[in-house]
This record gives sequence, structure tokens and C-alpha cells, in this order.
Amino acid sequence: MSSTNTENWMKDIGVLDLTGVGGGSTSAAKKITALVVDDDSVNQTIHSKMLENLGIQNQVVRNGKEAVDLHSSGNNFDLILMDMDMPVMNGIEATRKLREMGVRSIIAGVSTCTRDEREQKEFMESGLDDFQEKPLTTPKLVSILHKLNKKC
Amino acid sequence: MEVGQLQRRLVDYTKSLLTEGILDDQFTQLQKLQDEGNPGFLVEVVSLFFEDSEKLLNDITRALDQQSVDFKMVDAHVHQLKGSSSSMGAQKLKNACVTFRSFCDEQSMEGCLKSLQLVKQEYYDVKNKVETLFKMEKQIVAAGGSVPKTE
Repeated sequence: MSSTNTENWMKDIGVLDLTGVGGGSTSAAKKITALVVDDDSVNQTIHSKMLENLGIQNQVVRNGKEAVDLHSSGNNFDLILMDMDMPVMNGIEATRKLREMGVRSIIAGVSTCTRDEREQKEFMESGLDDFQEKPLTTPKLVSILHKLNKKC
Repeated sequence: MEVGQLQRRLVDYTKSLLTEGILDDQFTQLQKLQDEGNPGFLVEVVSLFFEDSEKLLNDITRALDQQSVDFKMVDAHVHQLKGSSSSMGAQKLKNACVTFRSFCDEQSMEGCLKSLQLVKQEYYDVKNKVETLFKMEKQIVAAGGSVPKTE
């Protein structure tokens, strides 16, 4: 896969032109925003860069509580990439809390292959729109973005 | 060595690391992220990974050295190391972490100590090899060439 494929995916899912008008022009496109919630700095850097490369403005926080606090202070994001295992407040609690607060963003759970199926089910039921197994890749991210586009 | 030879050597070296399972496709995905206009991204991530991993290895060693070992804590550290190894594409290291975790589950001191040795081995191995990779890339750039993409 060459680097131009990313642009093709973007056009394919309409990221380059979210207003729904044809032509693929970026001038009328709404900027997608995302929040990366992960306690691991390697993952933070990688996920943030992937989003950046897709033209998505993003912020990074280290745990569920920071994510909740950000929303409490009035921030909003189109997409949230939520890790499962985090100190202070984990992904399940954080997702639940955000949904209780009325957050309507696409929340995608990102986690390592959990040996505990029950935990994964609980994670989905806490309010996720999607779940992807780590490691996250650009194609996986794009499939999450398809959901975003459908919502719009 | 002229540029073409250096480039071929790099491609062959990268392919061998993939074949041996030291690195997997996740690493090539990361290389591609860098290709898209951000030199230094891969070096940045790799450096972060090395820093974090060494700290985790120290924490694990210390935890296993305690009078009364907290296997849950050891497991938590190994879980983290497994996670970042997986994101980096350090496949063999990740697999060593998986084995380590099963010994934590069993609360087997002997198993954990053996696993720690293996994990350290795999870590230093992937570290050396990735550093060699970066050196080769530098040589190519210094010789006026561009780093070939791994297909």
C-alpha cells in the first residue's frame, strides 16, 4: 500500500468532503475532531499521528477521568478512541460516564485482545459504537470513520 | 558502498526481520505513517518505546525481587509492555510477554523469573536490530539516497 491510498480512503468515505456535496473539495469540509484516551505514551503517539495523517485534529489524555473532565469543561469531539485498561478511571467507567453526560460522539473502544470476553461485552455495553483490537492501524481507523460519516 | 547497494541491503535486512518474526506488519504500518511527510516520527516513537520498556523491565525486576511478590502488579507491568510491543510491531517480544503473563496467573516464581530473562533477551534483540535498521537508513541518506519503502 502506498501513501496515496490514504487519500483514496479519505475520498472514499467522504472525509475530504463531509458536507455531502460532490467534488471532493476540502474547503467546505467540516474538520473532524478526535480524542485519544490511553495511558501508554507509545500508543498515544501512534494513534495521534494516525489521526493527524488523516487530517483529523486531535487531543490526547491519559485516562478516563481526564476525558470526562475535558467534556465537563465544555469540550466536544466527533470521535473518541477509548482504551480499556487505564489507571484512575478505566474505559468502561469513562464510557458509561460520558454517555450519562449525554455525549453523542462516536466512541470506539480500542483494546488488546482481552482474555476476558465478559469484560469486552461489558465494554461494548457501556456505550461503545465500535470496538477495535489493538494494535490500531490506519485501515482500522478508517473503518471507524465510516461510522462517523454514516452518522453525519 | 554505493546508494543502490545500501538500499538493497536495507530492504533485505528489513525483510529478514519480518520473516524471523522479530518485527511484524505493524512496524511497516508505522514506517508508512512516517513516509507521509513526517521524518523523525518513527525514531520518536521507537525512542519512547525504548524508554518506557526499560522502565517497565526495571519495575518488573524490582517487583520480583520483593520478599512477598505481588503477582498482580507484575502482571500489570507485563500487560503494559505487551501492549506497547504490540503497537510497535515487536512480535517476538510481545509473544514473550504473553507467556510471562500465564506464569503470573499461575503465581509461579520460577516461571516468572525465566520469563523475565526471555523478555529481556527479546527486548535487547529487537532494540539492537531496530537501531541497526536506523543506522542503515542514515547511511543511505548520507550517501545522498532516499530510504526505500518496504512493500
